[in-house]
Amino acid sequence: MPGTMVPSEFIINIDQERCRRCKRCVMNCGFGAFEFKDRTIADSSKCVACHRCVVFCPEEAITIGRNPLAFRENPSWDVGLRKSIWRQAATPGMILTGMGNDLPWLNIFDHLLIDACQVTNPSIDPLREPMELRTYLGRKPDHLEVEPNGNGGFGLKNKVSNNIRLEVPIMFSGMSYGSVSLNVHRALAIAAEQLGTVMNTGEGGLHEELYPYADHIIVQCASGRFGVHSKYLNAGAAVEIKIGQGAKPGIGGHLPGEKIGLDVSGTRMIPVGTDALSPAPHHDIYSIEDLSQLIYALKEATDYKPISVKIASVHNVAAIASGIARAGADIIYLDGFRGGTGASPAVIRDHVGIPLEIAVAVVDEQLRKEGIRNLVSIIAAGGIRSSADVAKVIALGADAVGIGTAALIAMGCRVCQKCYTGNCSWGIATQKPELMGRLDPDWGAERLVNLVDSWSTELKEILGALGVNAVESLRGNRERLRTLGLDATTAEILDVKPAGR
Amino acid sequence: MAKTYTRRESEVRTVTVDAKGVYYRDLNSRVRELIDGGYTEIVLDGVNGQRYIGDGLTDSVNIIINGVPGNDLGAFMDGPTITVNDNAQDCVGNTMNSGKIVVRGHAGDVIGYGMRGGKIFIRDDVGYRVGIHMKSFKEQVPIIVAGGKAGDFFGEYMAGGVIVLLGFGEDERPVVGDYLGTGMHGGAIYMRGEPEQHLLGKEVSVSPLDSEDRKLLEVVLPEFFKDTLTDGAGVDISDFIKLRPFSHRPYGSKYVY
Repeated sequence: MPGTMVPSEFIINIDQERCRRCKRCVMNCGFGAFEFKDRTIADSSKCVACHRCVVFCPEEAITIGRNPLAFRENPSWDVGLRKSIWRQAATPGMILTGMGNDLPWLNIFDHLLIDACQVTNPSIDPLREPMELRTYLGRKPDHLEVEPNGNGGFGLKNKVSNNIRLEVPIMFSGMSYGSVSLNVHRALAIAAEQLGTVMNTGEGGLHEELYPYADHIIVQCASGRFGVHSKYLNAGAAVEIKIGQGAKPGIGGHLPGEKIGLDVSGTRMIPVGTDALSPAPHHDIYSIEDLSQLIYALKEATDYKPISVKIASVHNVAAIASGIARAGADIIYLDGFRGGTGASPAVIRDHVGIPLEIAVAVVDEQLRKEGIRNLVSIIAAGGIRSSADVAKVIALGADAVGIGTAALIAMGCRVCQKCYTGNCSWGIATQKPELMGRLDPDWGAERLVNLVDSWSTELKEILGALGVNAVESLRGNRERLRTLGLDATTAEILDVKPAGR
Repeated sequence: MAKTYTRRESEVRTVTVDAKGVYYRDLNSRVRELIDGGYTEIVLDGVNGQRYIGDGLTDSVNIIINGVPGNDLGAFMDGPTITVNDNAQDCVGNTMNSGKIVVRGHAGDVIGYGMRGGKIFIRDDVGYRVGIHMKSFKEQVPIIVAGGKAGDFFGEYMAGGVIVLLGFGEDERPVVGDYLGTGMHGGAIYMRGEPEQHLLGKEVSVSPLDSEDRKLLEVVLPEFFKDTLTDGAGVDISDFIKLRPFSHRPYGSKYVY
């Protein structure tokens, strides 16, 4: 309590009868909440409820409870707000946090229902019939010209842009090496290869060891240009220009010097221990024309690989997306306001941006209206929690989704939101060798493959129920969605009818 | 002029390309073809605004440009030497990794953004945001030298490397613009003459040169004068000052946990 005057969030209870003093909790807690003095003693003020101790206690002697301490109730002065003020009164600065938006905003996905066939047009059984989830990302031509190939057959006459082939419409979102451990990158790369999809490096470069997986990796070029060089750009399946991120639209990123050890330093190509500052804008991009210039600089440098542009979903997202498509991008990556982060000021994460569902709907519609929807593929990310969300966002107009937080949860993440501390007990958001060793990349990859396989199976069931046999038939098919309990204006913006209509 | 490759002179194979009116994409793919064909010196005549020349090239080749190249000259470049016998435009040496770009004239904005290695020598003035977020890594220490004056945000966010500003030029403008070295957290800026205090970013301090600094300038300046065909006779190293960041972690206290 002294210092910040903020009472502990959680209370650790150790059943001393059951405890057999094995000290596993002491060793496992990344936050130093346990010590051993003839018996195990817990410091609840350090507990983040990441459950590492609970999972690894062989006697189930540890329980974590919410601090029952009563606060005088006052809906205007939520306890979280009071705690923030105490912290900021003790030390000046922005409240830092991790993971995605944790305020109880309306979740539109939870107000959308999917259609199914009954009687008049039969549903399809995915157990018997093939279901196509394969997705190509990149620019599609305005039209196709066919000509005889000289051997009695036909071939394409016009040149088609390079596309990325995904076996499932689910990819792993950008999480930089530096914010997450190398073992996380290893697991994502192995899983992406096995699944026939891609991972995204985030802005921290690509570790030398992962170059063999490069066909399944999208490499990112962000404002800090960390680890960006010719070999890196050419290694990946595509290059992504990161303009913004759903968890922190419009602001830059600071990876603290503590996380820049030898390996991260080598990959980011900056000295050990310096802060890695990503400026808010790219200093060569102040306009759509400038963006176009960088897109084509990257195309020239990579023999015309697909270029993705990642932006946060903000108020004017449709017009911005139109500009991005016209600037020459092949893919637009839309990150919703629930998107995760390794570190972001809480005020930005929780209050800036708009929901992904709306962003996808308005971008898809704007591009269609302008007749340029074929120029780009849309990836929707930031708050995709289940195969139902995948189906719904594809029906709203996305070509594929990116999952970040869901992938981390699959590998043990408890969403304790302390990524920025570097103390992650699960070996995920840390660079401490003793912690990162806890995540076995093969184990992590297996769990990621299991998750995406499960969602794929569910997605096929949904498609079958809808009576279609390809995810392509669901794309932008808002007729197969209905709203429930959503206000009329939002439903109109989504262009989805209310249930019953 | 200096050559970065190690082949013997007898092996230099020169070719001249007439770039007049050639679309940038065709010009750059022609340059790549010529490099693949074994040419080590490529002269581009009649260049007029074609973008991305030298973009992403990793070979030890010499490219000589007669005319004004377009934006992003030598972006992501890793090895070649480019000499421009005229002015250059914006984003010269964008995110460059190694190699050398010599401009015998003026250059525009955002020169050497995020540059990590190699050298950029601009004979005359440069625009805004020059050397922004330049960084160094191990033996890679990028160097930008500009002979003339510079605009605002010179060396902003600089994380490593060296920028030298000579300030030649008869006009009345100050040698450097506002927000000098704002957010700087590594590297060094050397300027001839002391900038007015109000131009300085709050993360930098002015100091006199030490012996290491002098040694560096004694090597860099003659190379710059030779490459840019500049008469450096009047330049005295004792006239230079050095700008350094107070900290390599300028924003450490911005957050509460």
